[in-house]
Order: sequence, then structure tokens, then C-alpha cells
Amino acid sequence: MSRNLLLRTPQHVLTGALAIIFLFPLAWASVASVSPQAGTAQTDGWGLGNYQTLADYQAGIGQYLFNSALVSTLTVLFTLTVSVLGGYAFAMFRFPGRNVLFLLTLAILMVPYATLLIPLYVLLNELGLQNSLVGLALVLAMFQLPFGTLMMRVSFEAVPTELREAALIDGCGSVRALRLVLLPAVKPGLITVGLFAFLAAWNDFITPLVLISDSDKVPLPLAVANLRGQVMGIVDYGATEAGVVVLALPCVLLFLALQRHYVRGFMSGALKG
Amino acid sequence: MAPTPTLAAPPGDVARQGDRRPRRPLRRSPALAGWAYAAPTAIFVLIFFVVPFLLVGRMSVSDWGLFAGNRGWNAPENFTSAMDDRLFWPAVWFTLKYTVVTTVILLGLSLGLALIVQESTRWNGLLRTAFLVPGALGLASASLLFYALYSPQVSPLGFLGIDSFLGTPSAALWSTVALIVWRFAGFYMLLVLVGLQGISGDVYEAARLDGAGRWQVFRYVTLPLLRPSLALCTILCVTGSMLAFDQFYILTKGGPDNSTVTIVQLVYNMAFGGQNDLGRAAALSILVLIALLVVNALQFRNLRGREG
Repeated sequence: MSRNLLLRTPQHVLTGALAIIFLFPLAWASVASVSPQAGTAQTDGWGLGNYQTLADYQAGIGQYLFNSALVSTLTVLFTLTVSVLGGYAFAMFRFPGRNVLFLLTLAILMVPYATLLIPLYVLLNELGLQNSLVGLALVLAMFQLPFGTLMMRVSFEAVPTELREAALIDGCGSVRALRLVLLPAVKPGLITVGLFAFLAAWNDFITPLVLISDSDKVPLPLAVANLRGQVMGIVDYGATEAGVVVLALPCVLLFLALQRHYVRGFMSGALKG
Repeated sequence: MAPTPTLAAPPGDVARQGDRRPRRPLRRSPALAGWAYAAPTAIFVLIFFVVPFLLVGRMSVSDWGLFAGNRGWNAPENFTSAMDDRLFWPAVWFTLKYTVVTTVILLGLSLGLALIVQESTRWNGLLRTAFLVPGALGLASASLLFYALYSPQVSPLGFLGIDSFLGTPSAALWSTVALIVWRFAGFYMLLVLVGLQGISGDVYEAARLDGAGRWQVFRYVTLPLLRPSLALCTILCVTGSMLAFDQFYILTKGGPDNSTVTIVQLVYNMAFGGQNDLGRAAALSILVLIALLVVNALQFRNLRGREG
């Protein structure tokens, strides 16, 4: 045992160093955001001065956090609703146009964001959704549909046939079968799709950059990016670091909490084909 | 992402429907119920994908200002003026260079990382987590983080002896590549890991019995069997790099001297960053779409050709 350990030590040191390199930027940003630095709001002693700058920036970080939270929640809601119903339809029913619609949904993946955002900017104006967080969430949900629909279709198809049939024989209509029997069975898929939609919406940059022009309505990533050049052209790196921590924290925590799920989803899921 | 196998109807679907139908308590036909469930998808795809897709085609052949709106047809002026933009060829060239550099480095590194953490041990579990955590950050957040990390004022990287991380064109390129590698290596490692775990232990056993060394096993067993996973990584990485925007918009702002302007940045600048010409931006974005389709078609064909 101890010999084995001894043999493996150099390998542990090397791989450990590699891991530290990967963790270093995140650790540095967290520490630097509360440590004293010239040219930031936190010049002497440790403290939350940089977070104070962030809180006081224009509409206040509370507003931007709210914008981001609202957009993310709506995106998750839209994505889950549409992809669960769509996945159920594609997995359980045959109807004319089924394959065309499915392929069309997947085709969203092939088109660059920029190509769609230019007409969407015009279209949302026509729909009265310009500068609207709801409009932003609808567009972000559309970008999530290929993955969401594919994932939910695969999940529903993976439910054992006996379970599906039992639900229908027991006199459930297809709505009750979905709600009472099938939804609990596809919970892992729901979590994966929801997590991806949340992370995508929380982090997306170019979509709000194009679609939201009102500076009080921008989500957090844009607000932090805008904040850099505000104070007389001098970049406040302290506030930027604090902004990065606020942006990254929910994502890292969610990732750590759902890591098993995330990794397993990849190992066994849609990508295997 | 790899949709092809699921496109076929699930086996037994027809038979199942055959014996289910008479017993179904539903009065509506399954086709109608199917459409009812698919309706939200159809509406979404129609309004937010099909209509914009047709509209961008229309815009690309129209004189369409950001504020002025549609001012009539002008084909093919948008396409010619987009290609005549003085930044067009530099942007194409830079995007290609960036794509090749990023893809080669990311693929090599993630293959290496996957081989390191291949065995399931406690230690390797920790390593996997460490490599994957940066992937939880958004690209914009990661870019902002590296923006501070590279700044002369607060950078903790002074010991590397690099004068300026973003000051020269090549420094800016490599600094951005470092950011992208940091952010995505874990993700591609995971994809390679999926491929590695799909290789049966028997194959290794057989190779070892035939007297193959470690390198030979890697070169003649692991690598060929990993081809599908590596191909998927390549396609995702090439696509992502060709469409690079956030990292350059935040980190380098296209500078120094417009040396790191990518093609999508050029699209954005044409539409919203000063030129205010949606028609020309639409035309350029259609060229991007075509380039993407061609590159991916070539990659798929190459993949299939070698498999056959």
C-alpha cells in the first residue's frame, strides 16, 4: 500500500499542479475582490468595498441581478414547457409533419446566433417586444430548443414500454399519463435541460447586447462589462473582479451540486450516438 | 448534437400503436393529440426561427438601415460591399487562424487530460472536478475574469515576465486562446472520456497479449477507437471558434489595431457598432452561415470517408 503510494506521488504532484492551474483564476478573482488594491474601492485592509461599488453602479447590482434572475427563470420555464410537450409528442405520437418539425428544431443548431439576431432585432420590434426581458427570454429559449427537445425525446423514449402502456391502460388520458407517470420518470432529463437553459440564459452575452438597449434592463454580464469603462475611462478592476464573483458563484455552486448528474448525463445521454 | 440515431422511429413504435389503439380511452386520434403536444414547439420554431431565417434572407438583399428600416431591394450590393469592407479579409484570416490554433490545442490538451483522469479513483474524481469547474462559468464571465487577470495593474501573473498580454496582435491571440483553453478543456475532456469508456477492456487485453507497448496501444488501439469522440469535439470546437465573439468583444475589443476582429464581430459592428447597416450585416452573416455549413459538411464527409 505505502509502496504504491510512494510510486504514485510524482504523478500526484504533477496532476495536482495541473488542477491548481485550472482553479487558480477563480481562486484569485475571489481573493482579489476582497483584498486591498490601489485604484479600486478597497485600497486599505480587506473588505467588501468593491461589492459596494458594484451595488452603487447605475441602477444598482440588485436591479441587474433581478434582470438576470427574471430572464433565466423565464427561459427555463419556456424551455421546459415547450421541450417537454414537444419531446412527448415526438417520442409517443405519430403525426404528419413530425420528422420535418423535429429536423427543423434541430436545424436551429446549425445557424449562427448572429445570423438570427439581426432579423430577430427587427422582428421583436414588430411584435412590441423590443427592449423587453420577456422577448429576450423567448429568444434564449428558442436557442435552447434543439438540445431540450432532443434530450426530452430521448428521455421519453427511454421510459420502459410497460410503464407507458400501464399508464394508458389504467384509464389515464395522455395528459394524465404524462403528468402522473411519465414526468417523474424523466426527471433526470428535466434537470439537465433546466440546468442548461439556466446556465445559458444567465451567461448569454451577445443576445442581450443586441436585443436590450435600455441600460436599466441589461442582465448582469452586460452590466459588469459596461461597468469597466465607466469611471473616467479608468477601469475599476476591483469592481470587475467582484462582478465576476457574483456572476460565477451561482453557476459554480449549481455545477458542484449537480455535477454527478451533469457528468452522468453526458456519459449515458444524448451524446452517445 | 449527435441527432442522427434518434431520427429513426423507435423500434416497435408501429406495433405498439397497433395494439394500443383499440384500448385507448382517448376519443381524439393520436395524430391530433401528437400535434396538440407539438404545437408549442411548432409555434416557437416558426416565430423565432423560420420567420427570422426568411427575414434575414430578405434583409441581405435589401437596403435596410438600423433606424431607417427597409428602403427597397439592392441585391447584390450588400454582399459586395460587405466583402469590400477593409476588415473583411483580415477578419476571415484571423478567424481561421484562431480556429485552427484553438482546435489543435484544445483537442490535444483534452485528450491528455482525459487519459490522465481515465481511471475512476477518488483523486481522479477531484481532478475531473478541477478541470470541469471553469466550464461552469459563462464565456463572458470568463472573459471578464481574464481581462482583470491580464491587466497590468492588478495581474498576479507578473512572475511570468510577459510585458503585455494584450498589447501586440500575437500576444492578444495567445492570451485569448489561453482563456478559451482554460474555459473549455474540461468540457472536451468529458467528451473524450465518454469515448474512452466506450472502448472495451478486451481490446486492450488482446493488444497487450500481442506484445504491444504502451505507446503502440495508444497509437493503434486507443486513438483509432476514439475517432468518433474526437470528430465530435473537432466539429463542436471548429463551429464555436468560427463564431467567436464574446471573448474578443470583452478581452481585446478587436484590438490592437483591429488585429483580432473576428467575422462575427464584423457582423455586429456592421449592424450595431457604428455602420448601422442591417442589410450589409445580414449579407455577411449569411456568408458566415454558408461557410459554417460548408466546413461542417466537409468534416462530416471526411469522417465518413475514413470510416468506410
